[in-house]
Amino acid sequence: MAAGVAAWLPFARAAAIGWMPVANLPMPVAPTEKNKRQDELIILNVSGRRFQTWRNTLDRYPDTLLGSSEKEFFYNEETKEYFFDRDPDVFRSVLNFYRTGKLHYPRYECISSYDEELAFFGIIPEIIGDCCYEEYKDRKRENAERLMDDQEDNKDSKLPNMTFRETMWRAFENPHTSTMALVFYYVTGFFIAISVITNVVETVPCGSAPNQKEVPCGERYTVAFFCMDTACVMIFTVEYLMRLFAAPSRYRFMRSVMSIIDVVAILPYYIGLVMTDNEDVSGAFVTLRVFRVFRIFKFSRHSQGLRILGYTLKSCASELGFLLFSLTMAIIIFATVMFYAEKGSSSSKFTSIPASFWYTIVTMTTLGYGDMVPKTIAGKIFGSICSLSGVLVIALPVPVIVSNFSRIYHQNQRADKRRAQKKARLARIRISKTGSSSAFLHSKRNGLFNEALELTVRPEEQRLSKSTSLLESQHHHLLHCLEKTTVSAHNHEFVDEQCYQQSYLEAGLQTYPSRSPSLSSQDGVTGTCCTRRSKKRHTPLPNASAQAHMHPLTHPHAHQQGLQELSTIHIQPLSTSRSSLNMRVDEPAPLNCQSGQITTAIISIPTPPATTPEGDAHPPAGPAHQNVVKVSAL
Amino acid sequence: MLTAIWETEGLQTVGIVVLVCASIKLLHLLGLINFSEDSVEDELELSAVRHRPEGLEQLEAQTRFSRKELQILYRGFKNECPSGVVNEDTFKDIYAQFFPQGDASTYAHFLFNAFDTDHNGSVSFEDFVMGLSILLRGTVQEKLNWAFNLYDINKDGYITKEEMLDIMKAIYDMMGKCTYPVLKEETPRQHVEIFFQKMDKNKDGVVTIDEFIDCCQNDENIMRSMHLFENVI
Repeated sequence: MAAGVAAWLPFARAAAIGWMPVANLPMPVAPTEKNKRQDELIILNVSGRRFQTWRNTLDRYPDTLLGSSEKEFFYNEETKEYFFDRDPDVFRSVLNFYRTGKLHYPRYECISSYDEELAFFGIIPEIIGDCCYEEYKDRKRENAERLMDDQEDNKDSKLPNMTFRETMWRAFENPHTSTMALVFYYVTGFFIAISVITNVVETVPCGSAPNQKEVPCGERYTVAFFCMDTACVMIFTVEYLMRLFAAPSRYRFMRSVMSIIDVVAILPYYIGLVMTDNEDVSGAFVTLRVFRVFRIFKFSRHSQGLRILGYTLKSCASELGFLLFSLTMAIIIFATVMFYAEKGSSSSKFTSIPASFWYTIVTMTTLGYGDMVPKTIAGKIFGSICSLSGVLVIALPVPVIVSNFSRIYHQNQRADKRRAQKKARLARIRISKTGSSSAFLHSKRNGLFNEALELTVRPEEQRLSKSTSLLESQHHHLLHCLEKTTVSAHNHEFVDEQCYQQSYLEAGLQTYPSRSPSLSSQDGVTGTCCTRRSKKRHTPLPNASAQAHMHPLTHPHAHQQGLQELSTIHIQPLSTSRSSLNMRVDEPAPLNCQSGQITTAIISIPTPPATTPEGDAHPPAGPAHQNVVKVSAL
Repeated sequence: MLTAIWETEGLQTVGIVVLVCASIKLLHLLGLINFSEDSVEDELELSAVRHRPEGLEQLEAQTRFSRKELQILYRGFKNECPSGVVNEDTFKDIYAQFFPQGDASTYAHFLFNAFDTDHNGSVSFEDFVMGLSILLRGTVQEKLNWAFNLYDINKDGYITKEEMLDIMKAIYDMMGKCTYPVLKEETPRQHVEIFFQKMDKNKDGVVTIDEFIDCCQNDENIMRSMHLFENVI
């Protein structure tokens, strides 16, 4: 029930006495209120700021944190207050909700922090009052769009195991992914430009024979132009067919706007080839050539601005429709009036209403060619009213279109900027994470050192080595326990990141069926790869970043360990060549790798020469075996 | 020929008239000319009616509530009605929230009139608290008096069958449609008949206050139910 209504319940119950004389049956017994508390003030301490309110106020909404017994978890016995370690500014809005029954969303507040606070206090955001709901929804939508943009960027990642078709499609869609794609992109752009210029130059009058009239270049150098045209159309056709082949969904590709433009651009040529020099259809054929100008739209694949413009026009369709409609109305009205006004004057050009349409359009758009001019006074009056109203009608929807365009354009710019910044951001985050992982190895060495000198160690030395904080030491202990858990005949240990020799790795890597839920296909030894999506899952983990934790190839048996995958595993397919091992993984940059590559694969080769595992074991160049067993990464 | 000239002239006149009208409208828009005399805008917005109750001591004397209880009551009242008075629509809204299934507006209307003792169209805090004082802390006599006042719609001292029927229908409306067994049309009427048979001693078709109080005091059920809500606050 709403806030104040709970306060009115006593009144409603009292008013029920009005029914009593009318009732025929005895009334049920009223519920008694045991240990009825007097209303008391309770203190809510939110990060140091104290709020006080009546207990009844909070009890109004028993399905929230503050209204239920859940708040007892936060009760502090000594200070007799409820302590919440949350943002006091947002808490103001939350408490006001209890007081007034309406939840307001402050504009200056970040939407995600507000959402988090609401979730903490058990309040659903849908009850935000009407005054603030629109703002809240707008901000939320913006935020969601931004997140979606970020996620879409990740689709750019190259899956190491894409088919040729997928690679091609990716090359077409994102030219900056590989040099071949870039070359292709520029070549097609160049040929589009050539084609358009050819079409234009065809019609320019070239020099002519002395006693003949000027001939357009197209007719003078027919063969040359025909060859150019053929070449361009050839390129376009090949490109279209390649795109059609590579498209993941051919039917959808054929229906898309760009493909239709492509088809329209090359069809006239083929139709021209097919049709013979038939006099009847040559006229139609000439008309078809007009469609060649559509090739210029192919540039929209190359220019983002064009795409934005097209998208804006599409999204402003209703405004444009309104503009058109109102213009039509005005044109008809004014044309009629002008016609009747000018009917009387002699030699008037306003011969009919449709003839006056031309005058009206020219006047309303303030062109004023001057080929039709009113001569009577009435005509002049109405003509001036027409031009004034024309300015107004056209000026009205234009700002809407402009603001739409501006919004979309800025959104695009922001997306580009974010993408550019993201790389730098991620790199910095990775660097800070490596710190923690190398700290573990460092402390482990110290720990080993300490263990070895256990008998002889002196207290001061021990204390000296305990320079790490309690949290760190507990974390290292945890990792240590993990190492000890995965004991078989030999310990598997975390090692420094050193790249193993290529031959080592070439022994094939088996994929470890990761337990990451985001991986789609992970059936054992099939060479599927974890994608970056799994990386996204794992980066928020506080543990050490992805390292190449490799253990030396000294294991007599291959078994898959129950290592938990805490960051991405980058696994190559079984049959890849050496060059493909050079794929970059999104791993910490500072590694002393020989090949500059980081693989997080740990390989254990079945029958290696026995060597004891050490801290920083250099991996000997072991025999290349076909069945590498395990991948583990931390 | 002549028609052509007339047409031109006519259109010229039309054009001039249009121009003149437009300019007058423009001047009116700019505020230079005023057409009607009483075009004074309602600049003075009716300031919100605000009402402050009498002091706490006076209310304490007039009602049977303690100081603390009055404080609690006032806080709840003021929270819901910051302006200090309840008008009939708010009253109906609040009361309707307790009976979501039916239509409580008619009964709330009668209730409002019962609370609004000075009949000024709004229930102030004093009216509210006085009413509650009678209902919760009053003697049985006072409560029955209050109930009679509720039923007597036109406050003439007699309850007629029509008045009772209105009240009865209002009460049954609060039940709503979804009842078991289904309420029939004549159920309120029958109920009124029973009521009058019980109350109307001299069978004159109306129930006076004395008949009412007498009869109620003789009825066990009614007497017991009068004490039902005593510990509400």
